[in-house]
Amino acid sequence: MNLVDKQTVQSSMTKRLVKNRLANSLFFLAAAFGIVVLAILLYRIYSEGMGYLDWNFLTSFASRFPEEAGIKAAIVGSLWLMAVTAPVSLLLGVGTAIYLEEYAKENKVTRFIRMNISNLAGVPSVVFGLLGLTVFVRLMEMGRSIMAGGLTMSLLILPIIVVSSQEAIRAIPKEQYEASFAMGATRWQTVLRVVLPAAIPGILTGGILALSRAIGETAPLLMIGALSFIAYLPENVWSGFTVLPIQIFNWTGRPQEEFHLVASSGIIVLLIVLLLMNSIAVLIRNKFSK
Amino acid sequence: MNTAAERKHTFFANTVADEQEYVSKTIYNVDHFNLWYGDDQALYDVTLAIPENQVTAIIGPSGCGKSTFIKSLNRMVELVPSVKMNGSISYAGQDIFSSGYKVEQLRTDVGMVFQNPNPFPKSIYENVAYGPKIHGIRKKKVLDEIVEKSLKGAALWDEVKDRLQENASGLSGGQQQRLCIARCLAIEPDVILMDEPTSALDPIATAKVEELVQSLKKDYSIVIVTHNMQQAARISDKTAFFLNGEVVEFEHTDKLFSNPEDRRTEDYITGRFG
Repeated sequence: MNLVDKQTVQSSMTKRLVKNRLANSLFFLAAAFGIVVLAILLYRIYSEGMGYLDWNFLTSFASRFPEEAGIKAAIVGSLWLMAVTAPVSLLLGVGTAIYLEEYAKENKVTRFIRMNISNLAGVPSVVFGLLGLTVFVRLMEMGRSIMAGGLTMSLLILPIIVVSSQEAIRAIPKEQYEASFAMGATRWQTVLRVVLPAAIPGILTGGILALSRAIGETAPLLMIGALSFIAYLPENVWSGFTVLPIQIFNWTGRPQEEFHLVASSGIIVLLIVLLLMNSIAVLIRNKFSK
Repeated sequence: MNTAAERKHTFFANTVADEQEYVSKTIYNVDHFNLWYGDDQALYDVTLAIPENQVTAIIGPSGCGKSTFIKSLNRMVELVPSVKMNGSISYAGQDIFSSGYKVEQLRTDVGMVFQNPNPFPKSIYENVAYGPKIHGIRKKKVLDEIVEKSLKGAALWDEVKDRLQENASGLSGGQQQRLCIARCLAIEPDVILMDEPTSALDPIATAKVEELVQSLKKDYSIVIVTHNMQQAARISDKTAFFLNGEVVEFEHTDKLFSNPEDRRTEDYITGRFG
């Protein structure tokens, strides 16, 4: 009365194992492809860019001569931009997430906000540039300033911060809420003393990853008209400015061959900044997850 | 061994006095209370009066509504979005569902201990000080005193007094549960609700918590949900038997366990089902 035929089991065994091994190598290739391309890119950038990368490069302004060109204005510009974008996007993003997760009742308004956050995440960055140009630069008359650029970037990364903060908040066990509410705590006290302390690692990790996206973004700032050739440092948030990716973009557009090498040096600086930010995110995650 | 017999004895001797006291000292009055989760009715027409400064046990099989009932007493059940209710529950003479009633006030007067120990991921000290802090007590000296008194009240002080600043997650399950009791005592409630507080604990930790309940009852009114009938018999003064969302019988514990009126109660306590 054996329904399972041992013969069939035996004969299909080899075939199953081969298929498994095939799938294994296929997926490995898929994973390796991206890494290999990245390695090639890094190698090229490194071999081209190291020649111009020295202390002078970091401390000089842009120049007509490739050997004198530096990235100082762009580095400082990027820092200024972050100084506007980070607080604005974190406050708005975390605030939105807290509202949606803690306070919002399930109704039309909530659904509308949720839907639009997803929509915002899907909008191409050029369109954000257009939005910034229309609203911040023209309508609110901020000009082509750091403030206008920073606010535009905040909008760009807002959905990422909202979504990652929502996830961090949702990961908090229901029992923690119960413990707090059962002692007569208000919703706000619970958010402040239980939810935020537990969610901060997740929020910061998401926030830093979002900011490193902003620091590498070019298109929106080109739209609002960030400068590409400045030989002074911004004095306040209303100054004109340039940022790393725009400076790099500008160099690659020059006819002289040497400037392409300078661009590679700029890319190395940008990559190092991004790596640093990502490492901070990882450090925060590890420190708090203990 | 003796105590149970004694208690039984006292109960029969003081029946009349008990009745009178019982009428005058009701802390919770539940009147024709119905509750639904969405379209599923979880509680049917629950009517009972919970006495002050006594231990009231709620027993019944899984899914009979006993947890739902105890969570209604401090309105924690409202954290479930789809919940609907009618009928009334009054605490200290006031309807807790009336529109002007402050749920934060209710939960300050009525503490709760949950089935699974749920300390905050903070230090032992901060866990106990959480309640007083949210109610505006800031003075370090007062907080220190509250923490010590509450931990002593929960019979945990001697075990943790040298490591108050350590994270509460390092405590054993039984210690964590007593910490949760201490946290609950720290806001000096009048009533303590306990939702199967020992179901996640081993027998020794359970015995400690039971002992604690006995010692707390002179200062607090305690409502305890348990699926352990021996536990109800050991520690409670009155027992309510819930079945399928209804109160089948609500009696003095000795009477309910020795001489139940309802057939279903008898079947349950003798282990014929559940």
